[in-house]
Amino acid sequence: MRANRTLEIGTGLFVLLGFAALLFLTTQLPASGLKFGGAKAGYHVTADFDDIGDLKVGSPVSMSGVRLGEVSGISFDPKDYKAVVTMRIGLQYNQIPEDSYASIQTQGLLGGKYIGLSPGGLDTYLKDGSRIDQTQSAIVLESIINKFFANYSSGKGSAQNAGSATPGKPSDNSGKAESHQ
Amino acid sequence: MTNHARDNYLIEGLRRLGSVAIFLLQLLAQSLAAFARPRLLVKQIYNAGARSLIIIMLSGLFVGMVLGLQGYDLLQRFGSEEALGIAAALGLLRELAPVVTALLFAGRAGTALTSEIGLMRATDQLTAMEIMAVDPLRYVAAPRFLGGVIAMPLLAAIFSVIGLYGAQLVGVQLMGVDKGVFWSQTQGSVALHDVSEGMVKSLVFGVACSLIAVHEGYHAEPTAEGVALATTRTVVASSVLTLLLDYVLTAAFL
Repeated sequence: MRANRTLEIGTGLFVLLGFAALLFLTTQLPASGLKFGGAKAGYHVTADFDDIGDLKVGSPVSMSGVRLGEVSGISFDPKDYKAVVTMRIGLQYNQIPEDSYASIQTQGLLGGKYIGLSPGGLDTYLKDGSRIDQTQSAIVLESIINKFFANYSSGKGSAQNAGSATPGKPSDNSGKAESHQ
Repeated sequence: MTNHARDNYLIEGLRRLGSVAIFLLQLLAQSLAAFARPRLLVKQIYNAGARSLIIIMLSGLFVGMVLGLQGYDLLQRFGSEEALGIAAALGLLRELAPVVTALLFAGRAGTALTSEIGLMRATDQLTAMEIMAVDPLRYVAAPRFLGGVIAMPLLAAIFSVIGLYGAQLVGVQLMGVDKGVFWSQTQGSVALHDVSEGMVKSLVFGVACSLIAVHEGYHAEPTAEGVALATTRTVVASSVLTLLLDYVLTAAFL
């Protein structure tokens, strides 16, 4: 009887663990899943962006490269056609000027997006429910390339730059040629 | 007759394939009856699943940690170590968890199944059951087969979760990838069908490995040497079949 009991407890434990793992994989791992693990301490601040690129819930919020918190929610404002980003900032960072500037930046070359805060000059500080007014959208690589090609085909400035760069090169080459002789 | 068959490997291979296929059908036919006796089934889930937990969790942790190290080293060359979570999660869910779990299962539980049933055969226990009009397929083979089939996807899921934790341990704690980025990138790129791909794979591997193990034991030559041979064949056949099926399933899913 006792052996039977440990067997059943062991099996129960295994099946429970297995289904817990399955539940985690199906609900937590895909972004569509539910979130668990209670709300962390912090205060929430919102900001409107024209374009958030591939910013995601959980992306870091940092100032001067130091992580202050993370993006806790992203929603869409159907009136202004803007993305509303909610950020959770740690309670200990309670002296961020109210007129601070939020911009979406990229980690690494292909990396994920994060929100960089630049301090403003006011003496009043951000608190729970505040809104950051000054924002800069994510820079989309394609739009920069498009702009570059638009400038390149119409502007003459770039062509002149190229012209001024060329005279240096032949002299370099001739210098090398002389030293070889 | 056996001499003749042994001369002809092709015929022998065909015979074995047919024997396995018929055995699978017989097992499936007995499966419903096995569910009617949950006690036998629970015991086999315990043997195949619960007793493999430690080895699966340990292997999962280390596989995940290696994935974290290797992935970080490779990705930081391209300045995109934030993608570590994606690489680890997809690698684990779709390939490593089902395959490594199946290989470990073949070594840990498959051998136990084969040698247990093989010894029952060698000591005439199966014959005794038949004489008592107790169908050994129903009471011995089917519960063991089903136990393996049920245990495998659960083991693979546990492997995935622990492996992901291991990758996170190395990537975030050791290498300094941002934790939020690690998880948000992972959640952004893992879709439900990635999870189900892994689960379907491990279910198929579960059927294959359990079938081979039970079949080899059931049809083992009733001698000490025969049981040893059958056990070896279980490991070899399960491993090769797992890797072969893995390619076929991956090609089918992509």
